[in-house]
Amino acid sequence: MKHLLGIEDLGGAEGIDEVMRLTDSFVEVSGRNIPRVPALRGKTVAWLFYEDSTRTRLSFETAAKRLTADTMNFSVSSSSVKKGESLRDTARTIEAMGIDAIVVRHASAGAPHRISRWVDAAVINAGDGWHQHPTQALLDTYSLRQRWGSLDGRHIAIVGDIKHSRVARSDVWAFTAMGAEVTLVAPPTLLPPSLEGWPVKVSHDLDAVLPTVDAIYLLRMQRERMTEALLPSLREYTACFGLTARRVDALRDDALVLHPGPMNRGVEIAAEVADLPRSLILDQVRNGVAVRMAVLYLLLGAGSDLVAAPAPEPLEGTPRG
Amino acid sequence: MDSADVQRAVWRMAHEIIEANSGTESVVLVGLQTGGLPVSEAVADALTSITGHETEVGSLDVAFYRDDIGLRPVLPEAVTHIPWNLDGRTVVLCDDVLFTGRTIRAALNALSDYGRPRAVQLLVMVDRGHRELPIRPDYVGKNLPTRRDEVVDVHADGVDLGEMLR
Repeated sequence: MKHLLGIEDLGGAEGIDEVMRLTDSFVEVSGRNIPRVPALRGKTVAWLFYEDSTRTRLSFETAAKRLTADTMNFSVSSSSVKKGESLRDTARTIEAMGIDAIVVRHASAGAPHRISRWVDAAVINAGDGWHQHPTQALLDTYSLRQRWGSLDGRHIAIVGDIKHSRVARSDVWAFTAMGAEVTLVAPPTLLPPSLEGWPVKVSHDLDAVLPTVDAIYLLRMQRERMTEALLPSLREYTACFGLTARRVDALRDDALVLHPGPMNRGVEIAAEVADLPRSLILDQVRNGVAVRMAVLYLLLGAGSDLVAAPAPEPLEGTPRG
Repeated sequence: MDSADVQRAVWRMAHEIIEANSGTESVVLVGLQTGGLPVSEAVADALTSITGHETEVGSLDVAFYRDDIGLRPVLPEAVTHIPWNLDGRTVVLCDDVLFTGRTIRAALNALSDYGRPRAVQLLVMVDRGHRELPIRPDYVGKNLPTRRDEVVDVHADGVDLGEMLR
């Protein structure tokens, strides 16, 4: 694997499992007195964020620093992009500075994919348009796996604005690849025009789905989309699809609640629900760092050069010593 | 070496640890993943039955500290488990085979991220020579002269020497 552009780049359950196992090790690293290992010493990672982000960028930055990689921030608002530089020129300029990996967030689906064809550096998709957000799906999968041991046979409802959600698109593939059953719950206006080929069930009735799920994943209600007149009002959305305190009572006792953040408390999730013990929201943030360490390590560390480099003369006789 | 030889070496090294440290109060054992783990557990069992109080055992995976990343795939084989603060403790690193010394170099770096041990000692079941770094074991099960291309395999039933498969 050279790039991580979508969750399918990991090649299904086996690849996702490998990231999960590696993440276990990085969770341990993160708990140490000195949470830093020299695994990516001498590597440089650059951020190319064409869209606002605080948690994803901070999470990636923390991950890279804990691996002893150098980091470079390319902030679009204060750069030559303002002067009209093209995506291609920007990416190639950054690469010419000797960058090993570029973490891209862009408002257009496919932008990281294009960049990966222009540069030799590893490209990691940190969210492109409505397309995918693979590291979010990996950290969601990891957080669930941490509680359950395995996603196999579990039922997960993804609720909210599926249409505009790259998180949903990545999560559907990750969760189903790991053996979970996924139901999308949304008003028809917030579903993609076609769900052909999606391995999911669809419902428009949250109350009917609630008692059947092992976990409920609430997507952020993107207020900026309200101009599109897809909903009568936010209040109506909350009444029909928000996880209110009353709806929590309909959940099974052990059902978990997830949210990718940032939360609109009082819209898709009631203020007090986010702080319940069944909420994994802070676990998700915590695990995000370890998952991104695992992704960076897989792409830049261990054996990533192996494919390119010829085998070195006599390897050691034993794996250790 | 057969399994009885290995057992005898374990007991001898356990006694040497007690002698060198005047007891085992401050001693913790850390086995290197994965080959060193059974060695550390066997020595800990011996220490526990000699001294009568439980000896603490941890494990360490040094994948992220290796200097040959890029030469071959290096993925951690298991999660490191060192649940104590190592400040002021005496750490006995345990491994099955001591060869170039690079794993031990990586392990020393890793340990320093957990605190500042009073001393670090090294225990190996087999020292096969061919060191590439100035590293020397404190407790040795057996010195086994080898060629570079041979393979040393330490397991519960003893120690085997074989040709490397290519």
